[in-house]
Amino acid sequence: MLKFVAKRLGISVIILFFVTLIIYSIIRCLPASYAESKARELSQKPGAKPYEELLAQMNEAYGLDVNIPQGYVIWAGNVLQGDFGDSWQWNKTVTDKFSEVIWYSFALGAAAFILEIFIAIPLGILAARRQYSRTDYAVTVFALIGISLPSFFFATVLKMIFAVKLGWVDLYGIVGRMHEQLSPFGKLLDYAHHMILPVATLTIVSVGSLMRYTRTNMLEVLNSDYIRTARAKGLSEKRVINFHAFRNTLIPIVTILGGSLPSLFAGALITEQLFQIPGIGYTSYVSMTRGDIPMSMFYMTFLAILSLLGNLIADVLYAVVDPRVRVH
Amino acid sequence: MGLLGNKKKVKSVNYISAKEARRISKENRKITSEIEKMRNRKNIPREEYVTQMKNPDNVVEFDNVHTYFYTDIGVVKAVDGVSFEVPRGKTVGIVGESGCGKSVTSLSMMQLVQRPTGQTVEGEIRFNIGTEAYNIVKTPIKEMQKLRGNQMAMIFQEPMTALNPVFRIGMQVDEVISLHNEQMSKEQVKERTIELLEMVGIANSTGVYRMYPHELSGGMRQRVMIAMGLACNPQLIVADEPTTALDVTIQAQILDLLRNLKDKINSSIMLITHDLGVIAEMADYVVVMYAGRVVEKGTAQEIFKHPCHPYTIGLMNSKPVVGKKVDRLYSIPGKVPNPVDMPNYCYFKDRCDRCVEACNGAYPQEIRLSNTHFVSCYRYTEDAVKEEK
Repeated sequence: MLKFVAKRLGISVIILFFVTLIIYSIIRCLPASYAESKARELSQKPGAKPYEELLAQMNEAYGLDVNIPQGYVIWAGNVLQGDFGDSWQWNKTVTDKFSEVIWYSFALGAAAFILEIFIAIPLGILAARRQYSRTDYAVTVFALIGISLPSFFFATVLKMIFAVKLGWVDLYGIVGRMHEQLSPFGKLLDYAHHMILPVATLTIVSVGSLMRYTRTNMLEVLNSDYIRTARAKGLSEKRVINFHAFRNTLIPIVTILGGSLPSLFAGALITEQLFQIPGIGYTSYVSMTRGDIPMSMFYMTFLAILSLLGNLIADVLYAVVDPRVRVH
Repeated sequence: MGLLGNKKKVKSVNYISAKEARRISKENRKITSEIEKMRNRKNIPREEYVTQMKNPDNVVEFDNVHTYFYTDIGVVKAVDGVSFEVPRGKTVGIVGESGCGKSVTSLSMMQLVQRPTGQTVEGEIRFNIGTEAYNIVKTPIKEMQKLRGNQMAMIFQEPMTALNPVFRIGMQVDEVISLHNEQMSKEQVKERTIELLEMVGIANSTGVYRMYPHELSGGMRQRVMIAMGLACNPQLIVADEPTTALDVTIQAQILDLLRNLKDKINSSIMLITHDLGVIAEMADYVVVMYAGRVVEKGTAQEIFKHPCHPYTIGLMNSKPVVGKKVDRLYSIPGKVPNPVDMPNYCYFKDRCDRCVEACNGAYPQEIRLSNTHFVSCYRYTEDAVKEEK
């Protein structure tokens, strides 16, 4: 097992090298250049130097005067020494900005993730047990609505209903107007209150696929021979479903869920943007539109590491839940 | 199960329109939901399912059992009026080709037919539990759960998939013992499991106790299945093609094992197979099924020495015999008729080479040849026998 993990980690490093190289090349090719806009801004000030001169100066200051391979080598060299550089947009080191915003994203992701599990899995099992019944169709329709709704549309509808018409929650933001005057516990409640709509959006949009997945797997398991054996033993239906069948359904589900654990930190770019939640998704979106290369590079590398880690976790979990693939 | 394959075949042969299919499925849902409603009542009175055996020496009496599948292309009469009995301590073999209803008969016995599409709609399956008898067809699930694994056990045809892959062997056998013997402590249950594993000829029983199914071979898994079946000394063991998936040497071992164990705990075996060799070796009585009906039944002696029904004769001719030289092994021409819309004449008529005038009439009655030997064929009615003379 250790050997397997070590091998996978080794491969991951190679993958990471190519991923960052490609991302860096693409980012450098993007039309949004931070140096250009900075130079344009400065050149408009009274008594400023001409734009061309300023641009050359800015390019040098931001390290954009080298070509792409050179730039990548410089960036990668710094990263290997643990230095992701300073964010141009936020005037902080990248890691500082990251640790400042990541917990908003994590709270959002974790709440949605837990809700998703507790809604999707029981409903999926229920639908499978009553295949082709009214319950099944209702659950399936609900799931399909969730899958097909784009999050920006659904978030807008939610805002329309609950913020504009009913006025139960604020339209956007993570804190209310009176936030600073609240007690620590009150502050927490204030955060939670502002998280309701984003979490609801994320959950509804993601719950459908997991539910369908659970249903399909449960159906497959319920039709298998060992379930018939379990019934032939005289076990109650409850035990057959909740123990014998569920334990087998768990194999693919745990693999998927385990694999998506790291993505809790990935942030929800669109949803955070719509609700103006200052998480990592929102931050990186702003950074990207402004051409903030250090921040964007950090976020992208971070996502790549998360995906690789997710795959590794999925593989390890697979061995944990399924005795057939355990390596001795 | 052979039946499924058959259904698919039918679909391609008789194409039915979507409208027709909708009408059929609507009708089916009406019928099945009514049956399900009856079955799912909260308190089913005991009188409804407790009956008396016709002959107290029998463990099971099948009496005119009908098990139908309500599919979208029509009602498949998988088991259509099957009657036979299983005497105490005897082995009854059920033979027939794929799709003739053997497996469904055995599943009806355990009430394991896939509901709601599959339903036993008529007849009685009387199961003797000593003082009284249960009519399995009407027994509520709660009571069935006390019988399954305890009084009747089933061994399935696919040992490779019949054990739950994620649980240890020991846990799976323990489960059935502790379920039906609540007074036993954990240690006692484990002891009993290991004893059972030894009984079915697993040498390394304590090691196997801690293994997962994928670590065992097919033969070993089937032994575990048998151990699980015998755990509570059942009155009846239903063995649904227990050796089909195994190679010949293991087959012989498993059959020996079953026979010895049966004598040890004095239970009866309902052995379902299409292997006549297995039947000859194991069975005291033989039931020959064809297209959901029993065409001939009798003692093994009678069936093998004097097969009467043309189908049984065909079956006997189509097995290889040591020392007899033939160019090509005999096979019965034609195939099993479409299980939807069965004709009302002898189902074997179209494949039979011994048809007589009367065969065009209704499905033949059961004709008694001796106290134990029955056949459903017009060739053995009194008139036909006289004519031949």
